[in-house]
Amino acid sequence: MASTAYESDPAAGETERDFVWTLNFGPQHPATHTTLRILLKLDGERVVGADPDIGYLHSGFEKIGEHLDYNQYVAVTDRMNYISPMANNVAWHHAVETLLGIDLTPRCKYIRVIVSELARISDHLLATGATALDVGAFTFFLYAFHARERIYDIFESLCGARFTTSYTRVGGLMHDITPVTIEKIRAFLAGFPETLADMERLLNRNRIFVERTRGIGVLSKAEAVNRGASGPVARASGVTRDLRKDEPYLAYADLDFRVCCATAGDCFARYLVRMAEMRESLRIVAQAVENIPAGPINAGPGARIALPDKEQVHQSIEGLITHFELLMGNRGFTGPCDEAYGAVESPNGELGFYLVGDGSHVAYRARCRPPSFIHFALFPHLIVGHTLSDLVAVLGSLNIIAAELDR
Amino acid sequence: MTACDEVVEALRSEWSGLSVSAFRDQVRITVPRDALYGVLARLKHSHGFDFLTDITCVDYLRYAGASDRFMVVYMLTDTRGNRRITVKVPLNEPDLALPTVVPLWEAANWLEREVWDMMGIVFRGHPDLRRILLPEAFTAHPQRKDYPLQGRGERHHFPVIQRGEA
Repeated sequence: MASTAYESDPAAGETERDFVWTLNFGPQHPATHTTLRILLKLDGERVVGADPDIGYLHSGFEKIGEHLDYNQYVAVTDRMNYISPMANNVAWHHAVETLLGIDLTPRCKYIRVIVSELARISDHLLATGATALDVGAFTFFLYAFHARERIYDIFESLCGARFTTSYTRVGGLMHDITPVTIEKIRAFLAGFPETLADMERLLNRNRIFVERTRGIGVLSKAEAVNRGASGPVARASGVTRDLRKDEPYLAYADLDFRVCCATAGDCFARYLVRMAEMRESLRIVAQAVENIPAGPINAGPGARIALPDKEQVHQSIEGLITHFELLMGNRGFTGPCDEAYGAVESPNGELGFYLVGDGSHVAYRARCRPPSFIHFALFPHLIVGHTLSDLVAVLGSLNIIAAELDR
Repeated sequence: MTACDEVVEALRSEWSGLSVSAFRDQVRITVPRDALYGVLARLKHSHGFDFLTDITCVDYLRYAGASDRFMVVYMLTDTRGNRRITVKVPLNEPDLALPTVVPLWEAANWLEREVWDMMGIVFRGHPDLRRILLPEAFTAHPQRKDYPLQGRGERHHFPVIQRGEA
């Protein structure tokens, strides 16, 4: 092995430090995807130490959460994990509704499931696509981004925005789903499995890709639990935890899907888990979109949480009162003086918010449990011992989104 | 709920001064600081709460009816039994120190660093207690309630690096 040539010789007065050099990876680098910096200690090409330096994108999201009300803050959550903003919207309002104790209408639950799963597909497409791009498989990335565009089209017809969706509201949604959107989702469901099969054919047995990712960045099951990994990262290490199954929220209890796991815990296993989860997400969307219950999307005027529709405002006194109660600057709704934690299975892992309510319509404290932050803490553990070129494979497989990392 | 009742009973038989509350089916135990490490270690080793979901801190400076300034919150999950429990520990100035839980969960490393950075809670015995999101030269802990949202002008405290000297 070439590495033996670089080993220090204590007899000649050499120490290990003579051979270790420092490399500054980032904060601006195409393979960091966003702004983060890693101080690497290298022995030749082998990484002997990694010290992540984060905070370049810190924008005080949690502080802002103490000053914006429960509906306004959803626009900030779009900017958190901007690869799947819909999932963040759903996570935020899931936590708010847990605190306020609101029951959603069945139609709202199904629509939220659909958008969450579309967000999961779009997130996994980017995570796998960018990993492949970083290790040299450019074609795969183009397939992934082409499919992502179709999902953006669906979101655009659903809520008017492709990227920063801000689609959920306390107790409901911004708009109801329309037949045009449903047709777009059906068209996506019909076309995407073939793209997915093409993508799998491109990489699953691609020798270069497999050798670049198999056995790289191995995370054991015990380490995954001890280090707080969740989502696809934990499931690739054999942790069979998925909040959609374990703590069924929204309408997941009604839907048939499997939890995708692997046991190897390496970058290739994380890739395979994400690819398998996209198929399951397609199944969930297919079931949900054909079974959307009829009825209103917002909690009714009795809850005095969500804006009633115009018909209710014009034709019922409760609707009229609710409309003005919510829109007048000195009114708004009230919440409990208590604390609650609500989490969803976001594409990246457990995304939760710990909310402290002080009776008003603004959170007293809005703590976010960001999966990227906790997964990036794994990074030094995973990379030490591998070569510099493996760094991008590990970084891509953890799917670190710096805006969520730094908040 | 019932799954956590026996956990609470077992802890109460061992430590005094625990207060337990529940809201939206979430069980919270408030423990005194001296008992914190023991309670968390017992929850991990004897009751199966093997997963540290999150550590955070709340500043109750302007909260109506609050008796303690800070409350550090540990959220634990039992990944096999599928239960959650929250452990809270009150802290008051000037002594804002807690024992670290990194020996129990490696996940606590960065989470405790963030609490130190944002709230100024010291974790004794932490292997690497540096600021994580803010630069080392920062002096304040901005998530505290006495830190304003705008107007502190922190950027002016940092030197401007010109292109030539970078």
